[in-house]
Amino acid sequence: MGARLLVRALRDPASVRHCDWNALIGAARAEQLIGSLAFRMEGLPVPARVEEIFEAARRDSGHQRTQALWEAEMARRALAPLDVPVILMKGSAFHAANLGASVGRSVGDLDILVPKASLDAVEAALLGAGWEHVKDTKGYDDDYYRRWMHELPPLIHRTRDRMIDVHHTILPLTARPRPNAQALIADSVALEGGLRILAPADIIVHGAAHLFADGDLAGGLRNLWDIDRLVREFDMPVFRASLRENAQRHQLAPHVRRALRLAQRLYGTPVDRAFAGRFTLADRLFEARLLARNGWGQERAKALRFAFYVRSHWLRMPPLMLARHLWIKARG
Amino acid sequence: MRHKLALRIGPVGFRIGSAWRAPLDALAALYAGYPEPEDGICDFTVRLEPERPWRRLIRPSVAIRGDYILPDAAPLSFAHALLAAEMGMNLQMALGHKSCLLLHAATVEKNGRALIMTGESGAGKSTLAALLGERGWRLMGDEFALLHMESGTLLPFPRAISLKNGAIRVMEAEVEASRFGPRLIGTPKGDIRHLRPNEEAVARMGEGAIPALILFPRFGETAAVRGVGAAEVFMRLTQASTNYVALGRSGFEALTRLVKTIPALAIDYPDAETAIGLVDDFQRELAA
Repeated sequence: MGARLLVRALRDPASVRHCDWNALIGAARAEQLIGSLAFRMEGLPVPARVEEIFEAARRDSGHQRTQALWEAEMARRALAPLDVPVILMKGSAFHAANLGASVGRSVGDLDILVPKASLDAVEAALLGAGWEHVKDTKGYDDDYYRRWMHELPPLIHRTRDRMIDVHHTILPLTARPRPNAQALIADSVALEGGLRILAPADIIVHGAAHLFADGDLAGGLRNLWDIDRLVREFDMPVFRASLRENAQRHQLAPHVRRALRLAQRLYGTPVDRAFAGRFTLADRLFEARLLARNGWGQERAKALRFAFYVRSHWLRMPPLMLARHLWIKARG
Repeated sequence: MRHKLALRIGPVGFRIGSAWRAPLDALAALYAGYPEPEDGICDFTVRLEPERPWRRLIRPSVAIRGDYILPDAAPLSFAHALLAAEMGMNLQMALGHKSCLLLHAATVEKNGRALIMTGESGAGKSTLAALLGERGWRLMGDEFALLHMESGTLLPFPRAISLKNGAIRVMEAEVEASRFGPRLIGTPKGDIRHLRPNEEAVARMGEGAIPALILFPRFGETAAVRGVGAAEVFMRLTQASTNYVALGRSGFEALTRLVKTIPALAIDYPDAETAIGLVDDFQRELAA
């Protein structure tokens, strides 16, 4: 009920007139979409108390944006002497490039992509500029990150208390698809001020990888909403062509196609139907998982959620490695 | 949710959902006479849930959930479910309220002018506010002062007063038994008993007041009063605010204006009667 109402309000804000506002707001907060919803509903006739809640959410988005841009600038300054490309990803990238997807978008951590060869230098520069390790730098977790993950172990800034995730590619090395990180970096686009973002098609490829090749779809409605906003903004023949091409190049075509199908299904996104293909039976499971949230903000469909949680580990690791990982985690 | 309750405290509407009925019955009794949220629209959702589904019935323990959560907060024992509801509402305010600058402070009002009392836990601000609320002042809140950023006025947030340990006996001598919640023994904060503010405080929960004085009370010392400079007040209030950073520039401007326009005093007091005497003296000086 909650998630479905939220999706309807985002897709067609004028259609929600006399709804259960508490359920809509509860679901939007739980899915971290309250800012996006508040901007979508701006100017529409809603009850006065609801308008106050939306107004506060819009104001809060403004501050989140300022903080996210400042955090990106701090990283830029720390890394400028290295003279390596620093590519913003996800929320920070949308805000820095002023994309439509940034409207009301909340931002938690700062995500950046740098060339793998510069990882050590980047880590040292960040540690020298006030960031520190969140976890112990010795032991299984740290080793695991450095050996198998697509990012450094997370760093947090000592005084600003903000996290940075430094990626060298967009999927763990244990995942089956092997995206071409060099191509992602080579095709990235410079912003004014020295930071970079991924090329438009690669932003979608990354979003789809994050949704369907990594993780258990927690927060999936927001990630899919990003994809909807981005595809609408970029949509033109040349974008469609490069999306097909880049999805293939990064071995993520099935994931991108599924992202397009689900975005179309839930948010009515205009997609390249010939490429996206037809809505499948498996898509229905993904749809049910994305909508597993009620109007009190509670998680529903526990079994389905658990199945996706198990799947996320399966995607990440080959069976023997998974067994070893779970064994170590269980003992810890 | 199986059981639900909606209520309004000052300008804020809450809905509380619970897997059990008893905590909401206790909450409804404690908040008897409070209005419904305006138009039924709630600013925040609080959920009292079992940690795992089977823990609803077997050795029930209450996890505090809602719009905003602390991921590593420990659940409370079922006997303390009322405290869990209160903590859940406070948590929503602390993490989610962005309409006003929120100060961790007690406020009381007389003749339209408000006194803000802030200090570390144990400084006695709740007890002092509760006592003043029975002795000619209107209690606006014992936990959060809501500073409206555009107008600079304080909005009431008269939730149930959370009395701890020794303060329980002090207030039991002062107020009729029907306004108290159950005594919660051995909570993580010691013994706790909630007290419903009096009828005037509830009836006038929509009525703001102009800030007149900031007090930093400290219990247990010999009586003393000293002025506090604007810079120190500013620093202490940023630390007492849960949303100062999140509000950005408007929070800074509202707080600067508050600190520049009204005086601040630190008072040490050996007992409540002395403190009340001091506060009444200040009030007369301000009114003169």
